[in-house]
Amino acid sequence: MLNAIMMKSCLGMIKVSKFIVFFLLFADVVILGYILIGNNNISVLNPHGLIALKERNLIIIATLFSLAAVIPVFIMTFLFAWKYRENNSKAKYDPDWDHDTKLELTWWAAPFVIILILAVITWKSTHELDPYKSINAGTKPITIQVVALQWKWLFIYPEQNIATVNFIQFPDRTPINFELTADAPMNSFWIPQLGGQMYAMAGMGSHLHLIADAPGEFAGSAAEISGRGFSGMKFVARASSQADFNAWVQSVKESQNKLGLPKYNKLAAPSENNPVALYSSVEEGLYNKIIMKFMAPSGGNMHMQGTNHQ
Amino acid sequence: MMGFIFGKLTFAALPHEWYTIGGAYSMVAMGVGVLVVLTYLKRWKWLWRQWLTSTDPKKIGMMYIIVASLMFFRGGLDAGLIWLQQALSAGGSHGFLSADHFQQIFTAHGDIMVFFVTMGFLFGLINLIVPLQIGARDLAFPFLNSLGFWLYVAGAVLINLFFVLGGNFAATGWLAQAPLSELQYSPGVGVDYWIWSLQVSGLGTLLGGINLLVTILKMRAPGMTLMKMPLFVWTSLCSMVLVISVFPILTVTMGLLFLDRFAGFHFFTTGFGGNAMMYTNLIWMWGHPEVYILILPAFGVYSEVVATFSQKRLAGYISMVCATIAITLLALSVWLHHFFTMGAGADVNAFFGMMTMVIAIPTGAQVFNWLFTMYKGRIRFFTPMRWFLGFVSTFTLGGVAGVMMAVPPIDFQVHNSLFLVAHFHTMIIGGALFGIFAGFTYWFPKVMGFRLNERLGRYAFWCWIVGFFTSFVPLYILGFMGATRRLDHYDVSTGWQPLFMVSAAGLVIIACGVALQIAQVIMSIKQRKQNLDTTGDPWNGRTLEWSTASPPPFYNFAIIPKVASRDAFWEMKFSDARASKDKHYEDIVLSKNTAMGIYVAGFVFLVGFALVWHIIWLALVGLFGAIACVIIRTFDEETEYVIPAAEVAKLEAGRNANE
Amino acid sequence: MNKHDNNDKTIFGFWVYLMTDLVMFAALFAAFAVLRNNTFGGIAIRDIFNPPFVLIETLILLTSSFSIGLTILSAQANKKTQTIFFLLTTFALGVSFLTMELIEFSHLIHDGNSFQRSAFLSSFFTLVGTHGLHITAGLVWMGILIIQVLGRGLTISTVRKLTLLTLFWHFLDIVWIFIFTIVYLFGGIL
Repeated sequence: MLNAIMMKSCLGMIKVSKFIVFFLLFADVVILGYILIGNNNISVLNPHGLIALKERNLIIIATLFSLAAVIPVFIMTFLFAWKYRENNSKAKYDPDWDHDTKLELTWWAAPFVIILILAVITWKSTHELDPYKSINAGTKPITIQVVALQWKWLFIYPEQNIATVNFIQFPDRTPINFELTADAPMNSFWIPQLGGQMYAMAGMGSHLHLIADAPGEFAGSAAEISGRGFSGMKFVARASSQADFNAWVQSVKESQNKLGLPKYNKLAAPSENNPVALYSSVEEGLYNKIIMKFMAPSGGNMHMQGTNHQ
Repeated sequence: MMGFIFGKLTFAALPHEWYTIGGAYSMVAMGVGVLVVLTYLKRWKWLWRQWLTSTDPKKIGMMYIIVASLMFFRGGLDAGLIWLQQALSAGGSHGFLSADHFQQIFTAHGDIMVFFVTMGFLFGLINLIVPLQIGARDLAFPFLNSLGFWLYVAGAVLINLFFVLGGNFAATGWLAQAPLSELQYSPGVGVDYWIWSLQVSGLGTLLGGINLLVTILKMRAPGMTLMKMPLFVWTSLCSMVLVISVFPILTVTMGLLFLDRFAGFHFFTTGFGGNAMMYTNLIWMWGHPEVYILILPAFGVYSEVVATFSQKRLAGYISMVCATIAITLLALSVWLHHFFTMGAGADVNAFFGMMTMVIAIPTGAQVFNWLFTMYKGRIRFFTPMRWFLGFVSTFTLGGVAGVMMAVPPIDFQVHNSLFLVAHFHTMIIGGALFGIFAGFTYWFPKVMGFRLNERLGRYAFWCWIVGFFTSFVPLYILGFMGATRRLDHYDVSTGWQPLFMVSAAGLVIIACGVALQIAQVIMSIKQRKQNLDTTGDPWNGRTLEWSTASPPPFYNFAIIPKVASRDAFWEMKFSDARASKDKHYEDIVLSKNTAMGIYVAGFVFLVGFALVWHIIWLALVGLFGAIACVIIRTFDEETEYVIPAAEVAKLEAGRNANE
Repeated sequence: MNKHDNNDKTIFGFWVYLMTDLVMFAALFAAFAVLRNNTFGGIAIRDIFNPPFVLIETLILLTSSFSIGLTILSAQANKKTQTIFFLLTTFALGVSFLTMELIEFSHLIHDGNSFQRSAFLSSFFTLVGTHGLHITAGLVWMGILIIQVLGRGLTISTVRKLTLLTLFWHFLDIVWIFIFTIVYLFGGIL
């Protein structure tokens, strides 16, 4: 009696559950599609720079290839679950069937081929989109040195001899050579609309090459936890025309603030949610000095942030 | 003087934040509650003799599951706080948690869920089922089994101890990346609690790994060759191979971090030549295999469940074994994909990316084999089977996200974003946790002797599935929107808040699922008389554990079975080999109970606690105490007892009469 | 009873444990390899390397491996006094090795070249020191076994434990060969 009730309710539930599942899936796909395709807020899928564009295209390609494997899996899952349910007397029941060489070969070979193609794509794209690789766009690149501090970003323009905190501006359609280091725990420098991120680490210099395809303002963030205030460690990256950029550099050069060594040491002390700051001149070779202080015993006028006295 | 006696421990370490006071009081209240109940029911002796000092893997397995369930609530509570904070903390509002507290919460959440919940549940299931499936009575080293469990408990106590003493846990993320976890940037005791709770429980895991490896390789029933073992045993074996291969790396890495913090060493410091990137490499050389340690036994559960509930042999046994071994080996070669963005260069990145993708091949082959087990089967939709179908639906999608992130340039755009968070939760929840639920509902009748309420199990499953998708699909989208992980606050202009709120709603649905699971267990206990499993084989199973009574006698098998094929029990059922009048009983040797595991773990706990607070004399007491206990144990020659054959015959006759 | 089965399982289990110990040492070797040149302006291996000293340490340890081999042979030949004799010899050699290592460490620390000076020194002290800690553990184990053999004689159980100790001791000897080669020779000569 109990078994009969259970069977009936299982039957009923299967019918209902199949319906629920398919409806949910369909609804999900529709909603997702709407959100993803229509929404400009989705930075990674709405690139504003060549690097981000290529990375987005890779996402689409990888998704399509994966779906080639995944869609058959979903179809088979629901098809088999439905067709071979216990009370479907029409389906053939073959309890001793446990092997078919052709099928085995197929489902080892098909994913193998897909992965092989993806692997080739991976090799090529990883080399093409190597963040250390400079971008050739015909225009003269600009260098910006990035120092991750607790909990703000210091940007040094060595060619212009200016520095900023939590704000950068650069000409559009110009390759930017970022050189990154930190005077703080490991951090990650990320402008999603322009391209992928790169770690900024104390005692070493990493590189990132990005380019903006048109003027605009892009959000930048810190993508690796570095302590209490790291979620406030945001910055704005603005691409403007060359003329606007030159004007901006001029305006920064009129700032009263100068980033000498003592000022830098004060800046490097922990602080949160720093407002934008502009410096009209920078201590000579500051970026290298920041790296070097972790590489050799400190002599000279930089005080070590890294010694074990608490 | 005070410094010598108490190290860094002062009155300031006592609770004084609302959450440490709350946490401390709840734990003390729970502890007192347990003591009161035990005293009222006069069950102290029973608890000590029947459970705490037992070396029976069935008892140890159940204790693992109980502790893991308790830790699940702690980890789940942390998850709820994270969701709530992120749903509320936008623009002018800063939620209800300080940034530092929030960071401690997600750190604790990750460590508890990985080390104490998932590993605890899995070790529980493995202890309960593997000996039965291979026709053995116990593990190879019963004392080490008990010791391993108590070390796990000691670690669980340490990770919760900061509520009472210390006030802060690590705020560094679950793997305490250097140099953030160095003394310079994390000066409190939080990271030290992190180190020692994981070192102590990690030692237990390592001992368990050695134990299970030897058990599976040396103690199978006669006739059970490796290629006749159930898949759950194969996957447990491969998981333990990974445990013994990589847990020593975790021990070393945390040990080196501790030396940096405690004694001024310079492995990972900024400056003095320390190399933080080396920490990243070492911790992930452990960390990636760890997730395969978690998933492989779950895969084993699915293999058992699909075969049983399709009433058909598992398809492609050899292929499944090869796939499992392939996954095990590949797991050791992909760790760098966790830090493509650390600047290793295109050649290195591309290599690790390609190796990562390759794992999709054997995993895919396993999925197809499971599906073709259903093919031409007669599928019965009981709760374990639902969890399997839920797994296929979620894990596959998470795998797509994984293959995507295996392409380094794609990873540059999603690393450390909520896309990553959604991916690994999909894998762990959809893969490992659903597998644990499937195993729990599948083997519950065997372990407890009565069946679970099916209806509540069904409802719980649907709540979990709907809740899971509601929670995590928004996170995938948020990742693409540039939302990084671990944020305690963000601007409203980002447009992220609605998605965070949807995600939080998903949590409520999941919580309903959990509530239904609790209700299911309670209801089932109340209704147990109507749902007794009298045959020992409620599902018409195929493997040896179903040949014993439910629950099995303490010696598992009166006569060790002789195995002739895969699906050993299935073959026995249909070959009339079972019932024979002349049962030739032999003496049964079992391990005695022992309290030494508790004592050693207690001393090790003291070591961990003392090192957190720099109380050197106490650390030495703990060290010498632990060593002394071990030495005393080695002098004990009488660690086993014998049940004479005649006694066995009597016990069996008594059991058969009661059926 | 099942003592013979116990032997098989226990020895196999101990081998598995030794493999985990090997992985642990491998991680320490990896750390040393990465940090070997991070002297932060301080001394390098070249400055520490004292060939005669290290050679004597190595010979002592190798000889102790030989004497523990003789121990096991005596045990298998059921010669209790001889077993104890060779075990004591091994113990004495082990203590000498440890003493020399402690002397080396204390000289370094005294000269201001402690593990706090640089990442290289941190990894040197940790790698060599961890090996020394294992030797210490082995010596404690040896002492306990001497007591057990004296008290109970050469039973299946004590001979099994001697076998395990021998495996452990040889393992430590092999690790020392690696340390000698990679840390001292490579650093000092190449």
